[in-house]
Amino acid sequence: MAFDSFSAFIAMEGHGPYVWACYAVFVVLLAGLMVWSVKRNQSVLGACQRRYETDAKTSGQTTRKAPATFTRVEISQD
Amino acid sequence: MWQFFHKLGSPKWFFGIATRFMPWLLAGGLLLLAAGLIWGLAFAPKDYLQGNSYRIIFIHVPSAFLAQSIYISMAVAAVVTLVWRMKLADVFVKAIAPVGLLFTFLALFTGAIWGKPTWGTWWVWDARLTAMLILLFLYGGVIALDRAINDEKSAARAVAVLVLVGVVNIPIIKYSVDWWNTLHQPATFKLTEKPTMPMEMWLPLLLSVLGLYLLFGWLACIRMKTEILVREQRTRWVRELVLAGRK
Repeated sequence: MAFDSFSAFIAMEGHGPYVWACYAVFVVLLAGLMVWSVKRNQSVLGACQRRYETDAKTSGQTTRKAPATFTRVEISQD
Repeated sequence: MWQFFHKLGSPKWFFGIATRFMPWLLAGGLLLLAAGLIWGLAFAPKDYLQGNSYRIIFIHVPSAFLAQSIYISMAVAAVVTLVWRMKLADVFVKAIAPVGLLFTFLALFTGAIWGKPTWGTWWVWDARLTAMLILLFLYGGVIALDRAINDEKSAARAVAVLVLVGVVNIPIIKYSVDWWNTLHQPATFKLTEKPTMPMEMWLPLLLSVLGLYLLFGWLACIRMKTEILVREQRTRWVRELVLAGRK
């Protein structure tokens, strides 16, 4: 151990705020990115599952097509 | 050799391999990083010149390493995208650009905090600092450009070109401390020479660098898997895989 006591470890001879701020930001942001990546993976996986399930339910039946209307036509603006 | 190359281009093959390696990458990365950081924070001796503030090095240097390595790997993937039109290369670039952005930000942020007690200022327009700031903007540009173009193939090509143009910045970052004699201290790691640091400082730094590389590998895997799911959800293999995983 490079420090005599725990309070010396926290204070780091006056450099404590700088050192601990760096480590805190590092840990929070890295953990945040990891959690976000896992969450996004799960939500995409869940969306895929729901989609396949609804596909499985509707397949084999005659899907009703919406009757043609002339009220609204989407035109691409490209 | 070519067979391996073609396999590597197959999202299905990658998905399987990534799933197998991910637990090891995560466990190894967390273990090495924790060991390196605890060693560096509590047990490494203090620097005779900078005192305890130098302990920021154990996160500053790994972040800066990753920031540059990620950009270089993105540039390699960009060449693969442009030359072979390999889908997986573009998935890689898209998945890791935010990771690179984060590590560049961390390198700048920890550097600024380290600069205050060491140089007496948060920021100077030093050559290396400025080049790193440009790297941050490059990552931002890559992410923005990718989101701005709807068509997947055009986005892939535009992003690849931007990544390759920006790669000129990497040697500037690397040699800036040798070319311009400004505030930033010279490189800590050199492959060709013995480290100038004592072993008790150098080893924890090596551990945290390796740990962060492994964690990056894990992040790349999970983010690429997500991207593959989004892109390939109409294919049969993804459908079978997702439905099999539900049981």
